[in-house]
Amino acid sequence: MKKRRERIDRGIKVRAEDIFAVCSWREMLYLSAPRLLPIVGFIVLPLILGVYWQRVLLSVAIFALLAISWDILAQSGMVSLGQALFFGMGAYCSGILNHYFGISPFVTIPIAAVVGGAICTVLLLPVLRLRGVYFAMVTLIIPLMLERVIEATKIFGGTEGISGLTSLPSTWLELYILLAAVLAALFGFRRLMTSDYGLVLKGIQDNDRSVMNAGINIYWFKIQALFIASVVGSFAGAMMTHVYRFVGMPVFALDYSILPIAAAMVGGPGSFAGATLGAFILVPLSEALRALGGLRIVFYGVFLVIFVVGLPEGIFHFVARKYHQFERWVEVEK
Amino acid sequence: MSETPLLRVDELSKAFGGVQAVNRVSFDLNKGDLLGIIGPNGSGKTTTVNLITGFVKATGGRVMFKGQEITRLAPYKIVRLGIARTFQMVKPFYQLPAFKNMIIPLYSPRVKALVGGKYGDRNAVALDLLEEVGFERDAQVAYKAASVLPQGYLKRLELAKAIALQPELMILDELFSGLSLAEVASIVPIIEKLLLEGKTIIMIEHRLKELFRIANRVIVLNFGRKIAEGSAKEVMESDEVKKAYLGSEE
Repeated sequence: MKKRRERIDRGIKVRAEDIFAVCSWREMLYLSAPRLLPIVGFIVLPLILGVYWQRVLLSVAIFALLAISWDILAQSGMVSLGQALFFGMGAYCSGILNHYFGISPFVTIPIAAVVGGAICTVLLLPVLRLRGVYFAMVTLIIPLMLERVIEATKIFGGTEGISGLTSLPSTWLELYILLAAVLAALFGFRRLMTSDYGLVLKGIQDNDRSVMNAGINIYWFKIQALFIASVVGSFAGAMMTHVYRFVGMPVFALDYSILPIAAAMVGGPGSFAGATLGAFILVPLSEALRALGGLRIVFYGVFLVIFVVGLPEGIFHFVARKYHQFERWVEVEK
Repeated sequence: MSETPLLRVDELSKAFGGVQAVNRVSFDLNKGDLLGIIGPNGSGKTTTVNLITGFVKATGGRVMFKGQEITRLAPYKIVRLGIARTFQMVKPFYQLPAFKNMIIPLYSPRVKALVGGKYGDRNAVALDLLEEVGFERDAQVAYKAASVLPQGYLKRLELAKAIALQPELMILDELFSGLSLAEVASIVPIIEKLLLEGKTIIMIEHRLKELFRIANRVIVLNFGRKIAEGSAKEVMESDEVKKAYLGSEE
């Protein structure tokens, strides 16, 4: 019996990316496995991890959300260096609501996500006309400025911050809320970006004059993308506030701006799965390297450089390509 | 003339610093016309188009479209009123397949208003429009990423994006430049068909022979000024035009 190799996706994909002809269990599994993997993983992981690594997983989910938020902006043609703005705004909004008004976290978190998102959007409105590096510089500066404003004016606890905030009833709840949010963001925004609406956003990144030339008000679309990304970032910040039961100046720190970008770069820019994957690699790596003490940041840096040079397309795109090229042996009919 | 012209350009001017790129250019355009704008390099043709479509703000003069002043409107608002243009340097969305490029103009509020919100499958409409401008369906060119398409197809895509907006006035900026004779010959019938459908067209061209076959009126610009207007024959016989193209004898 002669055999030859054949790609598994042969017969599944017909011409375009989104037209499928599925005829067997094997093919259905081939299509659904990449989607089932994160869902099952997110349900099982909290159950098998110890308390310490549960904390790390919380952090992973936070940074995954920030990386997704960065990627939404990047895919709409806005390169941001200031996810900390969104993160910090959400964190302070929920902290203030909880501390000064005694509102439960279940109410402060959604309010902080929306209100924080709206404030960030308004703050960045005047610079929406800027492109590329100019937009990036402004987003980098604003959170650092806010940090100094809080320090100088001593509002909201000043350098001390606000502590003793209400936490969510249990770590389990925190974990599952965050992981569900990551999943929702991952699949929801992926769907959004492949819809006709998302195409317009991608068009703005590719060639904004051409989008304008289609009678579309690009600033209105940019505002919408900015708001969506800010809400995601602010939600992450609000969650973190109640996890740590503290909010203070560090929420505007550079870490929350740079790490999400690194995650998106390592994971694969231009895909939300890549951003999530990047956070899942970088945050635990940073924890695992903690034993190295002062040299930790050096090893971390070396790792980053190796990844960016060796796999510039990002891990996700590499894995996805290999997955599409999967082959199996089939019998050749005589 | 009793009827108001579709487009009236009145003393339109633009100065970039000290350079008068467009200097008091005026012309009228009636429905169904095909107006050619010609002139040597740097004579202000593209700037004139940019002024009409709002991509550049005029320093003087007015543009009226269907009796409404559009001089200082944002480009997207002008498109919504019914003026679509192509760019001399093609501006496709390189990451996207050709037919997905078409989705963006089809998503335009102008198209939404015209079809009354019911468009069904935009992909199907996109493929139909692309086939009209010569994306052969059998060859599946429409599914290829714009970044790998040859120039001829990119120019057609640019034209199709303008057609998708269902404009009343189309401005084609050097559509033929960089194309082979055969490619130009295959695009000319598409433009003739648009005219038959009642569209009004302005073409900026350097390929005069092809332009003169289809244009019913031509204006000539030089150093930002209109130096001649009329039929192709009249224009080419004008002394000033000869001087602009061939240089004066002194």
